[in-house]
Amino acid sequence: MSVLVAKGLIRQFNGLRAVDNVTLEIPEQQVRALIGPNGAGKTTLVGLLSGRLACSNGRIDFLGRDITKVPPHKRIAMGMAYTFQITSIFPSLSVHENVAIAARRLCRNEKDTRAVVADALKRVSLAHVANTDAADLSYGHQRLLEIAMGLSQSPRLLILDEPTQGLAEGEVAEFIKLIHDIRQNTTVLLIEHNMDVVMQVADVVTVLNHGQVLFEGTPADVQANIEVQTAYLGGAHVKA
Amino acid sequence: MDFGPYLMLATLEGAVTAAVLALTASGLALVFGIMRVVNVAHGEFFMLGAVLAWWVTDLMGATPVLGFAIALVVVPLMVAALATFADMTILKRINYDPERTIVATIGILYILQQVTLMTYGPDARPVTAPFNTRLALPWFERTEDGISLYWPWGLSITSYKLAVIGAAGGVLLGLWAVMKRSRLGLMMRATEQDREMALAFGIPVERIYALVFGMGAGLAALAAVLVVPIQQAHYLMGGDPLLLSFIVVIIGGLGSLPGTVLAALLIGLSDGIISVFFSPTLAKILATLLVAMLLVFRPQGMFGERRL
Repeated sequence: MSVLVAKGLIRQFNGLRAVDNVTLEIPEQQVRALIGPNGAGKTTLVGLLSGRLACSNGRIDFLGRDITKVPPHKRIAMGMAYTFQITSIFPSLSVHENVAIAARRLCRNEKDTRAVVADALKRVSLAHVANTDAADLSYGHQRLLEIAMGLSQSPRLLILDEPTQGLAEGEVAEFIKLIHDIRQNTTVLLIEHNMDVVMQVADVVTVLNHGQVLFEGTPADVQANIEVQTAYLGGAHVKA
Repeated sequence: MDFGPYLMLATLEGAVTAAVLALTASGLALVFGIMRVVNVAHGEFFMLGAVLAWWVTDLMGATPVLGFAIALVVVPLMVAALATFADMTILKRINYDPERTIVATIGILYILQQVTLMTYGPDARPVTAPFNTRLALPWFERTEDGISLYWPWGLSITSYKLAVIGAAGGVLLGLWAVMKRSRLGLMMRATEQDREMALAFGIPVERIYALVFGMGAGLAALAAVLVVPIQQAHYLMGGDPLLLSFIVVIIGGLGSLPGTVLAALLIGLSDGIISVFFSPTLAKILATLLVAMLLVFRPQGMFGERRL
């Protein structure tokens, strides 16, 4: 069964079609990368999938249920977790408390919560800073904390919006290891600029350009494809 | 009497004021911190607590101790329920918009005040304290044999006033534990930091708001029930607690609970001491001046964080 099926998604911002008739199907256990030049509509598409933006047209099915009109917090309750492009953590709560908030829905009691939080923090290697205020973490660690918050919800689909942006090289390597760990039991949609990361972790890559799906295939196919290279390297949408 | 015993008496009276003020102000701080609502009606919830405490003890009639015990439990819950109702029917409808909530709570202030005047009337009515033993306090003096204790005339406190201080301390510790240690407190703190994100994580923000508004009013009512055997219930008694609570919340750093309690101690004690040695009016003038100075030099308050 496919975890997520989006059909004919359209999002109109006045004159601009940021997402233009996008169809996307992500099967279970897949790591799907979504790439594309700046302004291709990646973040808008994530907004539609997570429910933070309403679709102008189209339909989204999640785990076989139509969620087109379902509000964001209910989508999270159904098993969709996401991190945002801008770090979204509660800065003056401790790392532990941040994850506990995210895990709240699944855990009936204090003991469960502790176990789930400890596990999530261990997976992202943040266990040693559990009692630090989130605001005092380095930027890279804050992004990992976000991922831990996503993981603690035992999601069926984890959407990561530009998770490696602003990370140091060593941290990126750690992140790739983390994705390999997560993919064991979670479907991942990864919005990513860093092509190295995409090539190493993605099963299938979807390339977005001008709000439309330009290409879909394995990382190797993408690398070989002329059109994709033009989208990235030529025209007005140059992205180094 | 020498200066020493006078100072001790003034400090003890100030400590009672501080205890009551800390409870009232932490209610205001809770509402402001979590909901960003400036609750101008806070003093009226205090007044309502006192008036309802009179009503409940009057109903119980012959058994003042039992009546007071019931009032202590029931009245804060009644006021909290009323505030929760006001939150759901008024504040929620105007989307907690900062300017409009100020106007709305001013409206609530007048409604509560006038309804009390129309039903309870303009009289100030006393509530009998459940226990009220006078405890003489010792002071020391230097004699030829060294230091010895004596009991100066007039230096005393009642057991009830000590109980008020103890009860306020206990409730504040309980409040702190709820905020820091419980799941509910965690949800409240998350809501305080980022309402949108709390919503995204499925925290029922609207229910939290209703609960917080109720808790804030309930704390004011509890403070009033505690103070009414000392002060009498009157429909206009909400003004002073409102002014002092605002002063305390601003000094403490808007919404910070430890800051609020510390500021309540500062203002309460200085109010007690200045009132005894000079005049109550001077105490209010100095407290207001302190706030003005603080707003000039440290606008985020003693414990507040600068917010964007």
